[in-house]
Amino acid sequence: MEVDQLQRNFLEYTNLLFREGFLDGQFSQLQLLQDESNPDFVFEVVSLFFEDSERLLNDLTIALDQQNVDFKKIDAHVHQLKGSSSSIGAQRVKNTCIAFRDVCLEQNAEGCLRCLQQVKQEYLLVKTKLEALLRVRVPHLFSLEQQIVAAGGAIPMLNDFC
Amino acid sequence: MAKNGVFSRLRRLDRAEGVDDFSTCNDSHEVHVLAVDDSLVDRKVIERLLKITSCKVTAVDSGRRALQFLGLDEEEKSVGFDGLKVDLIITDYCMPGMTGYELLKKIKGSSTFREIPVVIMSSENILTRIDRCLEEGAEDFIVKPVKLSDVKRLKSCMFGGNRIQKQDKGLNKRKLQDNSGVPLSPTLDDDDDVSSSPSPPSISSPSLPRSFSSLPSSPSSPTPPDSPTRLLKTSDEEE
Repeated sequence: MEVDQLQRNFLEYTNLLFREGFLDGQFSQLQLLQDESNPDFVFEVVSLFFEDSERLLNDLTIALDQQNVDFKKIDAHVHQLKGSSSSIGAQRVKNTCIAFRDVCLEQNAEGCLRCLQQVKQEYLLVKTKLEALLRVRVPHLFSLEQQIVAAGGAIPMLNDFC
Repeated sequence: MAKNGVFSRLRRLDRAEGVDDFSTCNDSHEVHVLAVDDSLVDRKVIERLLKITSCKVTAVDSGRRALQFLGLDEEEKSVGFDGLKVDLIITDYCMPGMTGYELLKKIKGSSTFREIPVVIMSSENILTRIDRCLEEGAEDFIVKPVKLSDVKRLKSCMFGGNRIQKQDKGLNKRKLQDNSGVPLSPTLDDDDDVSSSPSPPSISSPSLPRSFSSLPSSPSSPTPPDSPTRLLKTSDEEE
């Protein structure tokens, strides 16, 4: 496929993710920080986000599984997840965390469990989409970005969202 | 901590080239920033934001480590890090152990380090929190997530030659009435559509924080209705 077609695909997909609310302006901010000297910046930050989130989601699962739920601890974890999702522009994850904290304030364990399910779902969704965009770990399958790089093109950015 | 030479050179650069490329400064001294944040993701982002604006960065994950780096930690004396002077400290507010506020107090309480400007970052824009930090001597308060325009503004306000040089090092002048942080010329913000008119000066009323974003927010992420930047804006948003 031609580089410009690949680039158009990349932009269309990014645009879709913005339209559907998976990503917000902060993701564009990250893209601004990527250049020839730091070509993998977005992927690196997003990877850190994945690692961080998986750890936090795991801790949340354990915390909610206790006899006596420690709501302060849960709130602390959700606050962290909210922060990191906000920093990479993972809007839906962030919004789910905001709702989660409200439920946590009410000290509603059942509600918290539902919220946890929701956050996990949103996280998995954005993870899949970001991987499709940036990097896919399955051999022989290439993300949109990888295809562009393989064809020798530059990664484009949506001007509207700069 | 006097950087007279650097300031005047930067001032000349600003006027001559109108560029915020501080890396072309003849003086080899780059602005050295100590970034403090317990979040790995945020540390990576702030580090890159600072490096892209030509700052040297040391990123640590706690207030305690920040103090150790500065040599202020009571328990562990750092092994004389005099070579790398810190020009700015930017710290997260919410951190386990020592909060950014506590770190701020420790720094402002030290005769050696109280002159270093401290900027607080927080995901929560609670006015009482902001007030408390500014009263304690914080230079500025950034609402997370941190954007490139935030860092550029910070750098140009503090190290772009617009900053009035403080002569008296004895007093902590970071009270709300002190307007020494007022930007005098348009800031070099690429996102700003209104490049022809100068950005409005910071509010000088003692009850409001100064230099606290007089710029319209960037179109991509509108500030939430009750955010400080929106409350303090003196002109209408361009968007």
